[in-house]
Amino acid sequence: MIISNSSYNLKNSKFLNHFIIILKENPITFFAFLMLFFFLICAIFGPYIVPYDPLETNAKIALQPPSINHLFGTDNLGRDVFSRVIVATRLDLTISVLAVLMSFIIGSVLGAIAGYWGGWLDVFLSRILDTIMAFPLFVLAMGIVAALGNTIENIIYATAIINIPFYARLVRAEVNIRREASFVHAAKMAGNSEIKILAIHIFPNTLPPMMVQVSLNLGWAILNAAGLSFIGLGVRPPTPEWGIMVAEGANFIISGEWWLALFPGLWLMIAVLTFNLLGDGLRDIFDPRKRL
Amino acid sequence: MKKKFPKLHAALLRSAQSVPVLIGVVVISFVLTRALPGDPAVYFAGAAADEQSINEIRIAMGLDKTLYEQFFVYVNNLLDGNLGTSLSTGQPVLSDLIKRLPASLELTILSLVLSCFVSIPLGILAATRPDTWVDHLCRFFVTAGVSLPTFFTGILLIYIFYYILGISPSPIGRLDFIYLEPDIVTGFYLIDTAISNDWDTWFGAAKQLILPSITLALFTLAPIARMTRASMLTILSSEFIRTAKAAGLSNGKVLFSYALRNAFLPVITTLGMVFSFALGANVLVEKVFAWPGIGSYAVEALIVSDYAAVQGFVLSMAIMFVILNLLIDLIYMVIDPRIGFGSK
Repeated sequence: MIISNSSYNLKNSKFLNHFIIILKENPITFFAFLMLFFFLICAIFGPYIVPYDPLETNAKIALQPPSINHLFGTDNLGRDVFSRVIVATRLDLTISVLAVLMSFIIGSVLGAIAGYWGGWLDVFLSRILDTIMAFPLFVLAMGIVAALGNTIENIIYATAIINIPFYARLVRAEVNIRREASFVHAAKMAGNSEIKILAIHIFPNTLPPMMVQVSLNLGWAILNAAGLSFIGLGVRPPTPEWGIMVAEGANFIISGEWWLALFPGLWLMIAVLTFNLLGDGLRDIFDPRKRL
Repeated sequence: MKKKFPKLHAALLRSAQSVPVLIGVVVISFVLTRALPGDPAVYFAGAAADEQSINEIRIAMGLDKTLYEQFFVYVNNLLDGNLGTSLSTGQPVLSDLIKRLPASLELTILSLVLSCFVSIPLGILAATRPDTWVDHLCRFFVTAGVSLPTFFTGILLIYIFYYILGISPSPIGRLDFIYLEPDIVTGFYLIDTAISNDWDTWFGAAKQLILPSITLALFTLAPIARMTRASMLTILSSEFIRTAKAAGLSNGKVLFSYALRNAFLPVITTLGMVFSFALGANVLVEKVFAWPGIGSYAVEALIVSDYAAVQGFVLSMAIMFVILNLLIDLIYMVIDPRIGFGSK
């Protein structure tokens, strides 16, 4: 017990050291971690720390350029753009986190089943996933939202569905190469049920590459959701959301009121960039060979 | 048994593989048209429909039959090229899509060419200097590119080049109203105007294309640049490159005539994914630039709940994408000497 414990600690501290080395070597990843922290704070405390009510209109101060009072200016209804951008963080992150969580869970279960038992089930599931991948994904998301109805929940479902194949394929491959591994045989000999072996002994091995996928996917999910609300699906005004704010601001860009679209767009871009850089960094940490 | 035409055999096999995918695509889009909450006939008939026209739609779509029969009606309609009628234009969806397709294709193809011209050199640059600041900068640049929401990039470019600098034309479609539309031959304005020798209009159309295609290209830089870098790195560390270098060939010769040709192969396979990206982003770019392609057609249809048009758009995009992936794989087979010959 003591031996295994200390070896666990050793392994853990090795991982931590590796982690710190990567962060030192790659300041961009470090920066991405800081940004993630910033966005989490905005998502959790956003509504309590912003200076103005994001929905409060005031025609007297409409379309003011950025100033000390209104850092990002005001929109055509006199609402404070800064407050709206910060408050929107929660909604945008919630949509993408829920969507990614859903595709993670469903994709893991499907991929594990297909990879472990194989056979006709594997063929059947792989065919369905191939078919989903045969659609241009954003277009499929449009079709799903159009069919299910124009609500935020359906945006989440649509984003989850188009991401399932990525997770399922990853888990399937990782489970497949391990189902005949000696530790699996050992676990079987010890009398564990197949489902227990799959869930406790095999599945955890897929987590490192899955984490990379999750991080890259979160950025992509935000972009996807914002894109859908930009074309008028899902989130409706006056709810503050980055995509819809850019869409509303776009009408004013031709007349020179740039701050309406610029700041939500910039925030959206920084959030996506954070997750993408984080995914790259995690790939360096978990699997340096796979770096592209 | 040795096959007489191994490449042809492989190509036929690959083509046959698209059939189940196509069937799957049709099934999914059938499910999408029937997944509408409530009565699909009411949705497809539109908001202004009365009892009688709803009934007509119901019979036309076969909604009074069982689901099983409905699917056959649906497939039959598809085989006839019948995707339903658009509520907003009053035209068959298929003819609407065909009319608007060239605008989208011209934009997408031009932006992909543009993207390749930037991303492949970037990838090579990064691969020849791995882990230097050049490498990190390239990586940051392309990651920033793919993090940019296309609709935001488009708006930003319009603000800078149209509002502030005033050097680009107003973002209202394919051609400024001062020009006459060229006679339609291919539907690609750059080609049609060149055919009719109307170079004034050619420049007009080209100017309209610049901003939207840059917007779309920025988004597709990352996958191509990364794949180029990764495959260049693999090739550069392989034996035959070392041999070539040891034989005293110059760096440029090794890089451009030996490494590059082999490094292109994996890049071609990523083009499928890039197209998926581009076709999706195309919808957003078309909305921003009021581009009269199939993407903005679908967005307009979505706004007025014109479901036949939206589902027709989704299905035809998917079929296009399946065919495109098939073409990419076939091209790959033709180019790659390792496929089809020797051991299998």
